Amino acid sequence: MQNHYPLWKNLLVLIVFAVGIIYSLPNLYGDDPSVQVSSTRAVKLAQEQANQVESVIKTAGFNIKAFEFKDGHILARFNSADDQLKAADLLREKMSDDYNVALNLAPTTPAWLRSLGAEAMYLGLDLRGGVHFLLEVDMDAAVKQAEERYNDDVRLALRNEKLRYQSVSKDSGFIKVKLNSADDKPALLKILAKDFRSLDVTEPKEQDQVWLKLSEKEVREIKKFAVAQNMTTLRNRVNELGVAEPVIQQQGENRIVVQLPGVQDTTRAKEILGTTATLEYRLVDVEHDVQKAVEGHVPVGSRLYYERNGNPILLDRRVIVTGDQIVDSSSGVDQDGRPSVNISLNGVGGAKMGKLTQANIGKPMAVVFIEYKVETKVVNGQKVRHKEKVEKVINVATIQGVFSHRFQTTGLDSPQEARNLSLLLRAGALAAPVDIVEERTVGPSLGQDNIDKGMLSFVVGFALVALFMVIYYRLCGVFANIALVFNVFIIIAILSMLQATLTLPGIAGIILTVGMSVDANVLIFERIKEELRNGNTPQSAIYIGFEKAFATILDSNITTLLVAVMLFVFGTGSVKGFAVTLIIGLLSSMFTAITGTRMIMNWVYGNRRVEKLSI
Amino acid sequence: MSKTNINFIGNRNIALIFSAVLSIVSIGSLAVRGLQMGIDFTGGTLIEVGYQQAADLTVLRNTLDSSGFADATVQNFGTTKDVLIRLKPHEDVSSVDLSARVLEAINKTTNEPASIRRVEFVGPQVGDDLAEDGFLALLYSTIGILIYVAWRFEWKFAVGSIIATFHDVIVTLGLFSILGLEFDLTVLAAILALIGYSLNDTIVVYDRIRENFRQLRSKSTEEIMNISVNVTLSRTIMTSLTVFLVLVSLFFLGGEVIHNFSIALLFGVVFGTYSSIFIASPAALLLGISAEDLMIPVKEGAELDGRP
Repeated sequence: MQNHYPLWKNLLVLIVFAVGIIYSLPNLYGDDPSVQVSSTRAVKLAQEQANQVESVIKTAGFNIKAFEFKDGHILARFNSADDQLKAADLLREKMSDDYNVALNLAPTTPAWLRSLGAEAMYLGLDLRGGVHFLLEVDMDAAVKQAEERYNDDVRLALRNEKLRYQSVSKDSGFIKVKLNSADDKPALLKILAKDFRSLDVTEPKEQDQVWLKLSEKEVREIKKFAVAQNMTTLRNRVNELGVAEPVIQQQGENRIVVQLPGVQDTTRAKEILGTTATLEYRLVDVEHDVQKAVEGHVPVGSRLYYERNGNPILLDRRVIVTGDQIVDSSSGVDQDGRPSVNISLNGVGGAKMGKLTQANIGKPMAVVFIEYKVETKVVNGQKVRHKEKVEKVINVATIQGVFSHRFQTTGLDSPQEARNLSLLLRAGALAAPVDIVEERTVGPSLGQDNIDKGMLSFVVGFALVALFMVIYYRLCGVFANIALVFNVFIIIAILSMLQATLTLPGIAGIILTVGMSVDANVLIFERIKEELRNGNTPQSAIYIGFEKAFATILDSNITTLLVAVMLFVFGTGSVKGFAVTLIIGLLSSMFTAITGTRMIMNWVYGNRRVEKLSI
Repeated sequence: MSKTNINFIGNRNIALIFSAVLSIVSIGSLAVRGLQMGIDFTGGTLIEVGYQQAADLTVLRNTLDSSGFADATVQNFGTTKDVLIRLKPHEDVSSVDLSARVLEAINKTTNEPASIRRVEFVGPQVGDDLAEDGFLALLYSTIGILIYVAWRFEWKFAVGSIIATFHDVIVTLGLFSILGLEFDLTVLAAILALIGYSLNDTIVVYDRIRENFRQLRSKSTEEIMNISVNVTLSRTIMTSLTVFLVLVSLFFLGGEVIHNFSIALLFGVVFGTYSSIFIASPAALLLGISAEDLMIPVKEGAELDGRP
């Protein structure tokens, strides 16, 4: 029998359509402006803390739409974005540093849909507002830092093994070890073979020297580590900033994408992400003359620094504690009301600090604030990016008593600076400096505009195409339109299942798909018309029309698909979103336009005598 | 609906000359005027701000001029309340502070503070990478199409489809160059989508030519091509119209951000339709396509021949 689908085929099409509808449903429900509260520590919040948060909000007179406490996170939904912002500010003010307050758009998907795993699409930054950063990790700096570390380690190892040396220094890409006597060379090589396998050893013609270089494998490792470590640090920092649903991804070999939905204060975000700020504690050198050092005679064991007010100061070359050893920090004010940072050190740092303060009571100690700044300068017409390490002594205080793990540092300019510094210390240092090489910020008003305009042009575009199809192909046009509606549902369902990010170009892709996917129907209908003109009966015209059009549809769609895949592979950001919708749209349109339309036509025309087709 | 019978192939020289002129003008403009590259490719900063009332561009320009941003271009974007400020990559200012400093400068002179609609900063090296990726996408798509069409059809068809497609791309780029429209990432995406679309159209015609070569053995190559173009004509026009309709909707209602994207595709659809009717088949003909090229015994041919 012609033009009849077996039961299984009908069921298959219907099931796909049903799934398409169910999984695209969550996108119809909107979002609630909400505030998310979680703990900054690794512990989960308890019920009583949740109650406390709830009462803080309620006492201030805000209407909470819903208050949820799950898995140690608090989610308070509000009726308006205005309430949401004010409540978040209130919470940040009222709650201690232990709480992380983040703005969020919580989907209002009903529970029965969520239980099926149906979730709404993720909206891109161009639709919801927010900021996108592309950060480039400075690999050269990472390698240089490692070289310096090895330089110190080699020197330390020589000292420990009582091998006497003239110098260990970095020179033209090598760490050059100059021994006192060539006789010690075998001993040195033994140490190197045992503890420094990651260094390539070169023996120059000077018998008392050994040159060392980082092995290629080690350099690769260092670079890999630098990116991984930076991503961890950035993730910590972003969490500290209180951003819900951030995206932090590696892109290429040395770039990191950071997307912060809803963030508008980009200046602070940039400060927090890009800075490599840390602290160092050093003893003040009181034995030598600062004036002489300024003139160029810096004593061997000391280094010349400057205070914030520009005064020179000599500090001991050896560092007591560095930022790496800081495990926790919070900002506050000291007893005189000055902004301060409370520091907690790890075991090693605490022990070192304890030993040192014990031995040096009454002597001054300095806190050095270190920051990397990136500047672009023009040298000989070439743009050169130049990284400057800014070191400033922010505080000099006399050691009054012994302290080790916990202490306070003052000397910061403002409470804001204290807050930022404590955040940076808490989140950890960047393994290598990063530069912001791309930034895209979309304001919330533009995001909503883009959604509205995208929706409007979709609805109008769809209506025009549907109208046109009905006018030209009459009843068959209606069939094509039903298939088109399902096509849109399936595209949205697949995008939602993949949790793909919908962008404005993505919406454009869906709109374009609406225009292009009726092509398959046009091909089929034109074929059917042709067969009718050739004198075939309506039944066989339908049959042959679908048969013959199929190969054409396949060939033409595969070539288009090929281009869309290239667009996906080489596109970035929102362009990728366009490619994704195009690919999904092409594939699903083949299904709906061929199988879907056929099923409807079989129902209407199949299994009976048909005199005339409405086409 | 009656069968059309227009002698497209017989009059192919008119179309070929017309296209040659269009292509030469386009290439000429691309060579002389070039494309107005957006910051996606050149690097730089773009700031879109919104006001409650119509913004006075002259005041903004003067303010930026006197604040050390002499290279800033200021223009309305969509409405008179929206202003787009573009800055070249700045050497002496850290790019990170640039947008903040520009805002600070303009907020000093205007009555109401500007609300930021969007800020885009693209570093020069990122711009180069994006341009390179775009070029690679174009290159690999072309190679992929050549291989696929050569495999499914025949190499003369493959080259013909590439000629038709490139014709559309060059003319569209030429129009962008002549009208001074900005070429950014979304336009690049549109160009690639256009390649896909134009190809789709061409393949449908080729598909019919192949089929007719196998069925209508007594006819000449020219006749077969003419018949094929004519029978697919209503389909070609129908599909172009539906795509055109959604693009018109996108152009008028989709907002300023997507404007150039829609323009590129609108041009592209018009030329893509034209080229698949007037250029693709004559191109294959010029390359010397004949029935023998497609006579390789294939199973699907037998299936089609099964009908009387």
